[in-house]
Amino acid sequence: MIKFIFKAILRDKNRSLLPITVVATGVLLTIALSGYLSGMLGDIIDQNARFQTGHVKVMTRAYADNVDQMPNDLALLGIDEVHEELNNDFPNYTWVNRINFGGIIDAPGENDQSKGQGPASGMAVELFSDSSGEVDRLNLKESLEEGKIPEKSGEILIGYEFADKLNVKVGDELTFMGSTMYGSMTFSKFIISGTVRFGVAAMDKGTIIIDFTDAQQMLDMADGTGEILGFYKDEVFMQDEVQEMREEFNAKHASSSDEFAPIMKTLGEQSSMGTYLDLVDSVSGMFVVIFVLVMSIVLWNTGLIGGLRRYQEFGIRLALGESKGHIYRAMIYEALLIGTIGSVIGSALGIGVTLLMQRYGIDISGMMKDATMMMPTVLKSKFTPQLLYIGFIPGVLAMVIGTMLSGIGIYKRETATLFKELEV
Amino acid sequence: MSEKIISTENLVKRYPEGEGWFTALNNISLTFEKGEFAGVVGPSGSGKTTLLNIIGSLDTPTEGSATVMGKKISDLSHTQAAQLRNLNIGFIFQVYNLLPVYTVFENVEFALILQNRSASERKKKVMQALEWVGLENMANKRPSKLSGGEGQRVAIARAMVKEPELVLADEPTANLDATNAHAIIQTMKNLNKELNTTFLFSTHDEKVMQYLNRLVHLEDGEVAEDEIIKQTENKIV
Repeated sequence: MIKFIFKAILRDKNRSLLPITVVATGVLLTIALSGYLSGMLGDIIDQNARFQTGHVKVMTRAYADNVDQMPNDLALLGIDEVHEELNNDFPNYTWVNRINFGGIIDAPGENDQSKGQGPASGMAVELFSDSSGEVDRLNLKESLEEGKIPEKSGEILIGYEFADKLNVKVGDELTFMGSTMYGSMTFSKFIISGTVRFGVAAMDKGTIIIDFTDAQQMLDMADGTGEILGFYKDEVFMQDEVQEMREEFNAKHASSSDEFAPIMKTLGEQSSMGTYLDLVDSVSGMFVVIFVLVMSIVLWNTGLIGGLRRYQEFGIRLALGESKGHIYRAMIYEALLIGTIGSVIGSALGIGVTLLMQRYGIDISGMMKDATMMMPTVLKSKFTPQLLYIGFIPGVLAMVIGTMLSGIGIYKRETATLFKELEV
Repeated sequence: MSEKIISTENLVKRYPEGEGWFTALNNISLTFEKGEFAGVVGPSGSGKTTLLNIIGSLDTPTEGSATVMGKKISDLSHTQAAQLRNLNIGFIFQVYNLLPVYTVFENVEFALILQNRSASERKKKVMQALEWVGLENMANKRPSKLSGGEGQRVAIARAMVKEPELVLADEPTANLDATNAHAIIQTMKNLNKELNTTFLFSTHDEKVMQYLNRLVHLEDGEVAEDEIIKQTENKIV
């Protein structure tokens, strides 16, 4: 019987073409949009994790309360001890020091005149430590526009748009003016080793990156750091695991009343990342529910139209001795076949579009000129194994449900009425 | 002794019409025996098709009873009625009603698929049925490529392939020219003789009537005359 049904599907385009097109289009859209959305939100989360939040972050309680102000006067001191504890308790994570700082950058010109000046958002990372993995994590080599990664103390990286604004180039000197963690003024000279393009407008326009030890010295933070960021060794964010880590770590330090005691926060607890994480989870689910509902209604109507056209065929089959139940089941097998064919085509196309979008993405840099939010300027899709079934299963289900609904008409019509459809 | 294959007793069929009822069949009591080549004749609207539908278990009586091969139609469930049609009754329609997406072979084969016959048995029986109607060379053609006469012969093969005890033919020659009509009826007559299959026609076509052994005349849903006819041989024009 299945072979018989399959032949009819192949030969009768009216029976198969429209439903297959509808299912394939729906599956294609579901997969492409789902892949695009998870890619976009995933990029935002990933970028924030790498540059700002880590998978977890350890800081002092006071610092955590004012984290938006980059309060280095509330920095974590005695960091060797904290690192030892973290490495012992959570060996699957890489722990790195970061200091975020702000100040003014001045580009000295000829005759003691300034070529350019502007506020800078500084980031101190462990550039000279291979084990930290920071150069790779921040994708610095690939982000270099010109020059090289700092190799020695006193070298600095600067956002390429910031460099343009200051009218400086690789090899030029810059002066940083800011305050130490104790509130006194600090001046430091750096040589530009390279300019970087992060693809994040907010960073390209105002960020400088120096080595962590330079920052400790410049900001008078010996044995101190603003933050210790933890990254899972494969750089994959494990939401459930970090929750457990946070509870374990914080429970250990809960008895201390010192406002400088360390506290651990997860990615989800920082910079509204929790909202994004929830969004990623719920959006995929929403897509599936909307898809099944809309497609079922569309296919129900398609099925009704197709069913009306086929009442003559049903009449013949009843006369030949097929029962209503058998016809109904055959229609469902047929829907299963059509749904499967449509879903396979839709999935292949959807995954193809996702892979293309993963490679090329959509460049929104034109819209991000004045943006201060940390998000990528090229929004790319992301292929995940979930895409293999996120459209496929709903595609088949929608077709079957649509047919089941439209097929009820067979039961509601009297056998004699269906048979009368044969009369011309 | 002849075997009774169809019997109706005080059969009444009414349909709702406006606020009242339309009586399509009234007090029909008939008996048909195995091997008969009989017809229900009468003008349009006389109740011929309604009677065939009830005998074919596609409809049920409002009052009275219809018994086909020992099964009382009004007592059958949908599934039991389908099984009766599947195993024992073949239908031939005015328009041939072949399934257009399938070939001639597959159209005839369909009835056997419903009986869960094996592929080899199906092939053998389908080719035999196509031979009966002289279409063994057209097995792979689609219905759209057939002439009217060929289409109706495929319909006969489809009705006969399962070798039913009863074939119900509703105006089978209405869309055929005289030559084809005679050829078709002669084919059915031959099968009636060869296989002893009971044929019951609904018709008002004189060409068909001259082949029938018995004519049940219906007028306004009632039996006006039940006429036994002695046939002459070879009616082909």
